[in-house]
Amino acid sequence: MGVIAARFAGPFGGFALDAGFEIPAAGITGLFGPSGCGKSTLLRCLAGLERMPGGALRVDGAVWQQGATFVPPWRRAAGYVFQDARLFAHLDVAANLRFGLRRAAAGGIAWDEVIDALGLGPLLARAPASLSGGERQRVALGRALLAQPRLLLLDEPLSALDRAAAEDILPRLGALSARFRVPALFVSHSIDEIERVASHLLVMRAGRITAAGPLADLLTDLAQPFAARAGAATVLDLPVTGFDMGYELSLCGFPPLCLHVPGRVGPLGGLVRLRVRASDVSLLRTAAESSILNQLPAEILAVTPAGGPHMAVVLGVGPARLLAHITRKSWDMLGLAVGQGVIAQIKAEALAAA
Amino acid sequence: MKSSLSLLALLAALTLVPLGARAASTTVAVAANFTQPAKRLAAAFERKTGDNIVLSFGASGQFATEVTQGAPYAILLSADEERPKQLIALGLADESSLFTYAVGKLVLFSAKPGYVDAAGKVLGSGSFAHIAIADPKAAPYGAAGIETLKTLGVYATVAPKIVTGKSIAQTYQFIATGNAALGFVALSQVIKIKTGSQWLVPAKDYQPIIQDAVLLKAGEHDPVAKAFLAYLKTPRAVKLISSYGYAAAP
Amino acid sequence: MGPAILLTLELAGLTTAILLLLGVPLAWALARARARWSGALAGVAGALIALPLVLPPTVLGFYLLILLGPRGPLAPLFGVTTLAFSFPGLVIGSCLYSLPFMVQPVRAGFAALGSSAWEAALTLRAAPLDAFVTVMLPLARGPILTGALLSFAHTLGEFGVVMMIGGDIPGKTETLSILIFDDVETLNWSAAGHLAGALALVSFLFIWLLLRLERRPWA
Repeated sequence: MGVIAARFAGPFGGFALDAGFEIPAAGITGLFGPSGCGKSTLLRCLAGLERMPGGALRVDGAVWQQGATFVPPWRRAAGYVFQDARLFAHLDVAANLRFGLRRAAAGGIAWDEVIDALGLGPLLARAPASLSGGERQRVALGRALLAQPRLLLLDEPLSALDRAAAEDILPRLGALSARFRVPALFVSHSIDEIERVASHLLVMRAGRITAAGPLADLLTDLAQPFAARAGAATVLDLPVTGFDMGYELSLCGFPPLCLHVPGRVGPLGGLVRLRVRASDVSLLRTAAESSILNQLPAEILAVTPAGGPHMAVVLGVGPARLLAHITRKSWDMLGLAVGQGVIAQIKAEALAAA
Repeated sequence: MKSSLSLLALLAALTLVPLGARAASTTVAVAANFTQPAKRLAAAFERKTGDNIVLSFGASGQFATEVTQGAPYAILLSADEERPKQLIALGLADESSLFTYAVGKLVLFSAKPGYVDAAGKVLGSGSFAHIAIADPKAAPYGAAGIETLKTLGVYATVAPKIVTGKSIAQTYQFIATGNAALGFVALSQVIKIKTGSQWLVPAKDYQPIIQDAVLLKAGEHDPVAKAFLAYLKTPRAVKLISSYGYAAAP
Repeated sequence: MGPAILLTLELAGLTTAILLLLGVPLAWALARARARWSGALAGVAGALIALPLVLPPTVLGFYLLILLGPRGPLAPLFGVTTLAFSFPGLVIGSCLYSLPFMVQPVRAGFAALGSSAWEAALTLRAAPLDAFVTVMLPLARGPILTGALLSFAHTLGEFGVVMMIGGDIPGKTETLSILIFDDVETLNWSAAGHLAGALALVSFLFIWLLLRLERRPWA
């Protein structure tokens, strides 16, 4: 699998950018950081909209910037989706979508498929001014995809949208990268959004990349700010291994990490992403008869205070990691300790494909 | 798009400013050919009396039109004798003040040395693309120029090459910048110029250019205006005027 | 009177066309100049372009006489001794004189559009010239139309510069405003009144059209 490798360093606006990373040239990588940390500037450097001297960028073998080499934005296959959509007001939706398609070399991303994946059919004859915020952003996504990008740059595409519109787009976003085989860098200041679509994560702070790696690893890394926060969650990408017609439950993964999930979450053998909230995971000293179906043998790997009465506990289930938020009182009453074996139980009801 | 409107407003403001500034002083309308001597006469008069004279230069016809529209000139130093008479007939000027302050002489002038010969033969040579003449309808020197061409029998061939200056000053500008190879101007304009070439057109070739001065309605009760008119008749002033190549009144 | 009207319309039309070709790209370059040196350069250029707004036409006319004359750089290009007293000379003078009326509104229009659409076009594989023609020009059509109308109307009524470099040659350089001036000067007031009325009416129509356009929202 190819990689996307970048290094950009230099003064920029009010801060010094010093960001280097290497991510797989497949799937979605989340770029997380607070507002003003340099995420957008980094993205503009990747797109070639800013030229930072001394920067370097390789995308799946192609050099976009290195030394004196600088491929201008219109010659590098970087699709950019802006926070504010930026549709061309003088063109209708169809003409907006065709804009990049007509100018790009022939590629594998077909008109019909994009229209279908983003539900753009009914919008084609409309003027951008008549679209809702969510519709605009869907058109912008389609327009960027049809320009046959080798890297999709998503600059907080949901932050200007209301909850419902964002909820409409988020699931499509996750599927797009895989369906059209385009790696994407998804900038957000909301880790919840990233948890639902990304497989990799870059954490940025004050112009620097402070952490990088698979999303699941960083979410359970106590050095990162994610595990102990209220609403913390982990993600599991598991194959669908069975479906119980009688009880209408899907089975995902293999023992020891095998979970019951309500409903049919996907085709047999297909991967599903399960988002497991730390507050939905409880701990038992030993296996017990319980109404809760999902009981996993786990080892306590680490623990940290999670604010107020809570503890954040990192569990190892086979090679996978889970997070559990429990009260300090429970921890003490059960006499738990790092290295100890426990049973992690998760109510099937709480599980759903992300 | 507000900027386009503010541009218009700015332009409007700019064109209004001179009107306001002009109204307050004793203003003398001076035919363009008399520009240089008028400046020196006004300066000498101001030194002598301490009074303030504001000079305005242009074509006589233009001034006459402005006066009929109520322009506040106190005196007209015309380049002819017709306009002052017209203004008197209209009751816009004081007949008793009328006098001839200068008689103008016409010159064929070129910025190119040696181009204009001592007999004006160049006019028949056809070697030029443009000949500059002041608008004959508005400037007496222009009318004299046309008359000269007719006297010399070259008007028909030269006519298509005529370019018209709005005043004798602009006509000079056309020639001095070389855009017109030659043209008719007042002797007073070129008498102090050593470069180029010129031919003093014989007085027999055109009607004498009698330049009359007259006190206008706006200067009726203006002692400074009257004093300036009187000053123009002093020997000192007459001497200065003749030094610019003007003949004395007949 | 007929030839003067035709000549005036021709002059205004040609001047506007030339200003569209030259002034719009110039306005774009001025609006885009952000780097320190090019920003400073744009400041100087902007001031130079605005100069005809404050210079008396007689001053500009005098410089034009020198520029267009036998010692200027332009006449040899046209293979003549002087461009003064000619229609091309008038066009050059009018273009310089009306330049701010094209450049200022268009520049403001481009500045108001910002770089959003421009950047979007670049990331969609449009090279700069392509992006300028297919995105920025259509988006700025309102200000461009304003600039064109202003330039046309301004040239229509242009007097000072034409007077300074025209030489009043009927059918060649004698425009409507010059004709009106001559008529007024020779007390031929009824002819002057008719012409002036026609010119005022046409100018009014242009300004009225302009104000209507300014009320229309351009995306």
